[in-house]
Amino acid sequence: MERKTIDLEQGWDYMQKGITKLKKILRETHDEFMLRELEQRWITHKVMVRWLSRFFHYLPPLNGVGLTCFRDLVYMEVRANARKGVITLIDKEREGEQIDRSLLKNVVDMFVEMDKYEEDFEVQMLEDTANYYKSKATKWIEVDSCPDYMLKAEECLRRERERVTHYLHSSTEQKLVEKVQHELLVTHANQLLDGVRALLRDDKVEDLSRMYRLYQKIPKGLDPVENVFKQHITAEGTALVQQAEEASSLVRKFIELHDKYMTYVNDCFINHTLFHKALKEAFEVFCNKNVAGSSSAELLATFCDNILKKGGSDEAIEETLEKVVKLLAYISDKDLYAEFYRKKLARRLLFDRSANEDHEKCILTKLKQQCGGQFTSKMEGMVMDLTLARDNQMKFEEYLQDNTHVIDLSVTVLTTGFWPSYKSSDLNLPVEMVKCVEVFKEFYETKTKHRKLTWIYSLGTCHIIGKFEPKTIELVVSTYQAAALLLFNSADKLSYSEIMMQLNLTHEDVVRLLHSLSRAKYKILSKEPNTTTIWPNDTFEFNYKFTDKMRRIKIPLPPVDERKKVIEDVDKDRRYAIDAAIVRIMKSSKVLGHQQLVLECVQQLGRMFKPDIKAIKKRIEDLITRDYLERDQENPNTFKYLA
Amino acid sequence: MPRPKRKAAVPTRSSDADSSARPEPKKPRGNQFNRIDQLFESYVNKTLGLIDPEGIEALCNDVNVNHTDVRMLIFAWKMKAEKQGYFSKDEWRRGLKCLGADTRPKLKKAIEGLDKELKVPECFEDFYSYAFQYCLTEEKQRSVDIETICELLNIVLKSEFPNQVNLLVEYLKVQNDYRALNMDQWRSFYRFFKEVDFHDLENYDSSQAWTVIIDNFVEWLKEKEKN
Repeated sequence: MERKTIDLEQGWDYMQKGITKLKKILRETHDEFMLRELEQRWITHKVMVRWLSRFFHYLPPLNGVGLTCFRDLVYMEVRANARKGVITLIDKEREGEQIDRSLLKNVVDMFVEMDKYEEDFEVQMLEDTANYYKSKATKWIEVDSCPDYMLKAEECLRRERERVTHYLHSSTEQKLVEKVQHELLVTHANQLLDGVRALLRDDKVEDLSRMYRLYQKIPKGLDPVENVFKQHITAEGTALVQQAEEASSLVRKFIELHDKYMTYVNDCFINHTLFHKALKEAFEVFCNKNVAGSSSAELLATFCDNILKKGGSDEAIEETLEKVVKLLAYISDKDLYAEFYRKKLARRLLFDRSANEDHEKCILTKLKQQCGGQFTSKMEGMVMDLTLARDNQMKFEEYLQDNTHVIDLSVTVLTTGFWPSYKSSDLNLPVEMVKCVEVFKEFYETKTKHRKLTWIYSLGTCHIIGKFEPKTIELVVSTYQAAALLLFNSADKLSYSEIMMQLNLTHEDVVRLLHSLSRAKYKILSKEPNTTTIWPNDTFEFNYKFTDKMRRIKIPLPPVDERKKVIEDVDKDRRYAIDAAIVRIMKSSKVLGHQQLVLECVQQLGRMFKPDIKAIKKRIEDLITRDYLERDQENPNTFKYLA
Repeated sequence: MPRPKRKAAVPTRSSDADSSARPEPKKPRGNQFNRIDQLFESYVNKTLGLIDPEGIEALCNDVNVNHTDVRMLIFAWKMKAEKQGYFSKDEWRRGLKCLGADTRPKLKKAIEGLDKELKVPECFEDFYSYAFQYCLTEEKQRSVDIETICELLNIVLKSEFPNQVNLLVEYLKVQNDYRALNMDQWRSFYRFFKEVDFHDLENYDSSQAWTVIIDNFVEWLKEKEKN
């Protein structure tokens, strides 16, 4: 082959001619064809420049010059059309048509090399994208259901990302996605949120997950979703409260509701803290409403009581107790719960109604974990007392061995501070029991001196043999009931007032116990007149004819309604607690503004209850009268601690 | 726990025992001193060494001012009298020196014009607190019963806040939460009248440091307006 030589001038000349030809072609062709030509020429040009660089390697690098040449002579003229061409093709692809991706890649590459990618291409492309999706969104939002719309949105976003990897510059991805998100998800957020309500109602887990995925990427995008979630749960919970007729089913329903929406939080919302918070706040709203006169604290305590009396498998019980304790976290009057729980625990322990000691310990452990040691210390003391009482009883029985004149007696000594306060009564004990009590007192004094024993007969249980005509039956009754029944050993007929006088009890107690013995399920006594209510004029007689198929029957004495007393006791404790908190805070701050004082008070006490501002103000007033604090005369909104 | 700052103790005869508690007024010059003391002697109860309620009654006749008149209370304030119904020699000296009166006619004129003493706000506040203090007759007493409070309000605040005082007194008589009030609550009344417009109760904020009785009073006012 003959070598051809060209000199620089000639080479340069060739190139310029080529460029002119190119320009002509580019002016005369359009769209895709134009792009193809452009692509071709651009590739060729690059090749040419590369070769030239090799030929003329002894000259300063020609790349820059080559590019400049291309830019000045070709690019500047062609760029608008090139851009339009690319955008048109992109839109075609969006509509579903197949396009030549490598063509686009090369053309885009040209923009990049020209260092004009952003200003000459990207800006316009983004704007076009926004417009494209704006019109799509407007159409879809009218026609599509929320789930379908979101499916489309998700798909669009996926495709756009893919587009970037195939033929756009990587720096575009972020901006492109933002545009699409804005048009599809942000602009129509309100309408889509209405859809969320329906999704929650219909348990559409998949669609909710998609909603989460889509909105998670948008700054603050999840806030409205979270809000709808919270409102929905609150509405469902409140409805439960309003429809509730009795306690135990309501607590179970709360637990079910909680489980259901916790699953949503974990699965659909991938454990996001925002949704945990929404669940918590929703529950805090309706878990603190009263149901049929009872507070939720009481309901929860009653529920626990029932479970612990009934018993069940270890696993089932532990699971239920775990959930119950979680509900407790949402209740603001935790101290009220504690007091109800303590009262019911006392009855379970003393009347042997507890199904399983391990279960009792299980819930105390959980309560301790959640609410702290102080919450459960008294309750733990109560359980401990029972254990000690058993040991003590063994020792007492040893002591009794020498003394056979005494009927079987078992005594449980309660440590005063742990147990709820009980009124001691002045019951006149039956003669048979008096001796036992004396003997126990002697025994107790041998072990522990300087302790005062106060007998709470209202909590005692007796086993009495009832010698009825048909057959002998053992009666398990409370001490009060036993005392009343034993009166009939020395008299056939007794009037209400005689009974009351001999027993030395209050009207309330006498009515209750006589009712349980004469007008309840087992009629051990017959009453004259035979009316339902107990009146002071009634007379009672031992019912010789009574019988039952069982050999031993329990005759319960229904407890007095403790609700009022519990609430009173808790209110009193709260007053002390608020006082202590105020003094503590003021002692360390010395001077503090009212608002700040109230805030810190609420914070400090929040673990146990939510003090209302009026209660705090009243305590402040009292503390001022007692000279713990004074108001600053210059700033009446500020208080000073008086040492 | 600290004891109340001001003790309502029976004032002693001699002046020396009290000299550490209160700053001694400068001893007036010769004659003036004598005349003031002589005036004291003209009303004093010789056995007690103090002017007692009878003596005060006589004084009131002489100056032609009723003993329930606010000006007598202002007079007591000027004297910094500690015990209601009694003036000690020191207190008398202090008061008359303050008023610049050393004869009966001068005293009469001074007492007649006493209501003008309260024009300055700082003075009034001091007097207002004093009025409450003056009603604490027992040792360790910290509160004053509602009836006396109502009377006091009428004496002390009615001229400046007639409508408000009427409403407050009405409320105090019907409410059941408090049977007696402490100094802090007393002071809050004046502050309330000064700062809150009764026509603009919507802006009242009960989460601020107002006393509970004021909070309750505002609720009562709002209810009243509705009906």
